[in-house]
Amino acid sequence: MTAEEVQALRARLEEALGPGAIEEVQESGAIRLRAEMLPAACRYLRDREGFDYLSNLSGVDWIEQGQMEVVYHLYAMRRGEQFFLQGQADGLLGPVVLRVRVPRDEPVVPSVVSIWPSALFQERETYDMFGIRFAGHPDLRRIYLWDEFEDHPLRKDYVPEEA
Amino acid sequence: MSEAEQMGLSEQIELEKRGIFLTTVEGLYNWGRRSSMWPMMFGLACCAFEMMAAGAPRFDMARFGSELFRASPRQADVMIVCGTVTKKMAPMVVRLYNQMAEPRYVVAMGACAVSGGPFRDGYNVVKGVDTYIPVDVYIPGCPPRPESLLYGWMTLQRLIDGQRLKSVPWYGKDGDTRERPIPQYGPHGLELPEGPAGD
Repeated sequence: MTAEEVQALRARLEEALGPGAIEEVQESGAIRLRAEMLPAACRYLRDREGFDYLSNLSGVDWIEQGQMEVVYHLYAMRRGEQFFLQGQADGLLGPVVLRVRVPRDEPVVPSVVSIWPSALFQERETYDMFGIRFAGHPDLRRIYLWDEFEDHPLRKDYVPEEA
Repeated sequence: MSEAEQMGLSEQIELEKRGIFLTTVEGLYNWGRRSSMWPMMFGLACCAFEMMAAGAPRFDMARFGSELFRASPRQADVMIVCGTVTKKMAPMVVRLYNQMAEPRYVVAMGACAVSGGPFRDGYNVVKGVDTYIPVDVYIPGCPPRPESLLYGWMTLQRLIDGQRLKSVPWYGKDGDTRERPIPQYGPHGLELPEGPAGD
């Protein structure tokens, strides 16, 4: 997406969600949202903007800032198909990048499983690797590591065992 | 070659001409064992593809009597640990090893099975399968080509040829066929259970 498209999308998002929902639009085009506005923003992007596909959900550990971040990548698959078949689409294709930051000592982010079911496993993976909890997730368990494991290996302060 | 050996050899050739073949029980026994080693059908990662290539006609492990990959550890003689042993998989690897009948051999194929390879410093990879089970032949490479596996196979055959029934650990009344302890999932990694450990 071009910078103009991102700015236009930002304006529409702010109109839909009210002022203050967007904390920052980064140089890369990523839109940083307030955590509590995430479900409303996602529902708006899916229902009004046609972003029907959550392609990626992952975490970032900003240990120096004392924050945890979750990154979402959204695509409009229906328009992508249109673009593939007709050479043009009547809207944005994506990716829209959303970012949400929460305090590192209490990382809770609203779950988007009810909006995109593909978040089911991806939120479990982010919980497994970063220890970020997703409020409203129906089955938040570890997905790769065993249940007895206590650490979160992709956190920057994780120390692997010596063996 | 000493004079006595030369005498023995010429005598043996003379006997063979008359259809009499002399060998030791051990020699015959080891020849039979090493010429028909059945590997376990067991692949962990990309090295398994090289193992499959070694079994296919181009490299043809059948030349070594090892074309029969067994799907059951009870029928296998050799376990080729071909690939990354993750901590989640390690208990199953040890359990499969325990289920194999003696004499059993283990070939660690590729950098990961030998030492953990490029994933050694990660949180989820065992630093070499010899942490938990004894390994007879190590094959380096990432992944090793089928030729390397065949060379490892020949190395294993030489190892078997050199074994003496008096000294192998698994033979006889006092045979040591101990099972290896199975690592358990712990809060920070794998843990070995309490009790007598293997060597």
